[in-house]
Amino acid sequence: MTMAQVQRIQARFRLAYRQFDLHVDLNLPASGVTVLFGHSGSGKTTLLRCIAGLERPPQGFLKIGETLWQDSENDFFLPAHQRNLGYVFQEANLFPHLTVRGNLDYAVRRLRGKDRAFSLDQAIELLAIAPLLQRLPARLSGGERQRVAIARALAASPDVLLMDEPMASLDEQRKQEFLPYLIGLHQSLQIPILYVTHSLQEVNQLADHLLVMAGGKVVVCGPLAETLTRLDGPLALDRQAASVWQGRLVSHEAEYHLSHAEFAGGSLSLPYLELPIGSPVRIRIFASDVSITLQPPEASSILNILPATIREISDMGQGQTVVQLAVGGEILLAHITEKSAMLLNLQPGMAVYAQIKGTSIVR
Amino acid sequence: MLNAADLATLFLTFRVAGLATVLLLLLGTPLAWKLARSRSRWKGVINSVVALPLVLPPTVLGFYLLVLMGPAGLVGKFTQWLGIGTLPFSFGGLVVASVLYSLPFVVQPLQNAFVAMGEAPLEAAATLGAGPLDRFFSVVLPLAKPGFLTAAVLGFTHTVGEFGVVLMVGGNIPDKTRVVSVQIYNHVEALEYGQAHWLAGGLLIFSFLVLLLLYNSQQTQTLTQSLK
Repeated sequence: MTMAQVQRIQARFRLAYRQFDLHVDLNLPASGVTVLFGHSGSGKTTLLRCIAGLERPPQGFLKIGETLWQDSENDFFLPAHQRNLGYVFQEANLFPHLTVRGNLDYAVRRLRGKDRAFSLDQAIELLAIAPLLQRLPARLSGGERQRVAIARALAASPDVLLMDEPMASLDEQRKQEFLPYLIGLHQSLQIPILYVTHSLQEVNQLADHLLVMAGGKVVVCGPLAETLTRLDGPLALDRQAASVWQGRLVSHEAEYHLSHAEFAGGSLSLPYLELPIGSPVRIRIFASDVSITLQPPEASSILNILPATIREISDMGQGQTVVQLAVGGEILLAHITEKSAMLLNLQPGMAVYAQIKGTSIVR
Repeated sequence: MLNAADLATLFLTFRVAGLATVLLLLLGTPLAWKLARSRSRWKGVINSVVALPLVLPPTVLGFYLLVLMGPAGLVGKFTQWLGIGTLPFSFGGLVVASVLYSLPFVVQPLQNAFVAMGEAPLEAAATLGAGPLDRFFSVVLPLAKPGFLTAAVLGFTHTVGEFGVVLMVGGNIPDKTRVVSVQIYNHVEALEYGQAHWLAGGLLIFSFLVLLLLYNSQQTQTLTQSLK
């Protein structure tokens, strides 16, 4: 397996647009999944299109590892068809006049002797589309179409995979069916994925790295766990604010319908998971499910109580306070009332206990 | 029955229409593409110029072509400078006039097909490594096939059916510029209704069959839809 030696993605763009001016200066890791998150009209799709070369911003610089794709100062712009990328569109965008096999072959025929990072068969297997090969796109379901679109993008053997809200057109059930393919992709591919979405759920499920956009600008950018919990970022103050922890399954307690997993922040009891011991798990802990006590409670119905240190406190308005806690090597957010914060006299640096009322497995 | 002169006009007509259709597709495709993709303020002007033959009396178009291509006209001077003489009353003039006259019937179905296709399949093709020319042949052509078929059929049949422009530009020279529609007129003038029937009826059936074929081959509801 040849691997594209791509280290960083450097991107600077300036582009006047309808509702906003896109103005970004990025230095992203060229590995794992970087999610571009923002509301519609925040410029995230435009940014993705600039990276793909589908838009040509008058001022732009783009370098993928060692390969230069755009440098407007030297009047250099590599058109989209000469960029070694895969692009998955929101609406799949398969060629309606070609079968699934024809769509895949379209990409393969244009490889022009390029080093293949993976074979077409691998892509077909990864996305489980072998039974669909003879069909025309019109006869596929929305989820199937997106799987074919991803396989087609991979068949082009790209150095970077760009995905523009690939799940946006799917209903909730289809999303759940589709998600494992995306996660599988992430685990078996060496190439970086840039993934655009406006769904916080997808951020929690897929991101390694998170970039939040608003009004054409980057608000915050960094590793997922850190970016989600930054008090100067917009996400920690959101009602849906959550911390995402990654760990490993260590034991089952079937009689209570529980599983136990080990995280950098400590061990947690989770709802029973039908997975082998040692499986990686990613959980989401809503800030509103976390409460704070000064002493370890002697008797509590809450199973997950972890010692923590307060790092930062911020007023959210409307009587709410957000507290950022360090729990072992993890960061945990707690939304509590302003009154509780005052009564407990919470201060940065204090040692407290975090009670976690509920967790949900995101993958 | 059709006499030798009638057959000659038929042969000439199909030669003019065939050549005009080929030229129309070659000329109309890039023009329709530009019009479908352009956001220029000149688009309206060019669209209107292309559509003029739809609304103008053919004699008006014929008259101006005659003037332009005549010995004193701009085009006429150019063709004389090229050493090919002037175009009016020649086969070449007939073809040029036909191309202009039938242009909207070719450009508009193509333009609509290109607009309907949108940017999306082209962008997909680009991200898969297809260059502009490759995209045209591998994506635009197959996706706009119904548009091309409509354009070719309308361009051809409309050229076969023209009268006013041909008469003005081509005149009525046997074997050279005398086409079917003019021949029918000649027969009627000479009160040869039987001969006129053979040609007119033949043309009627031909046109009907071609349109029937076109309608059956695609889902387009109306031709006006493709002309919109």
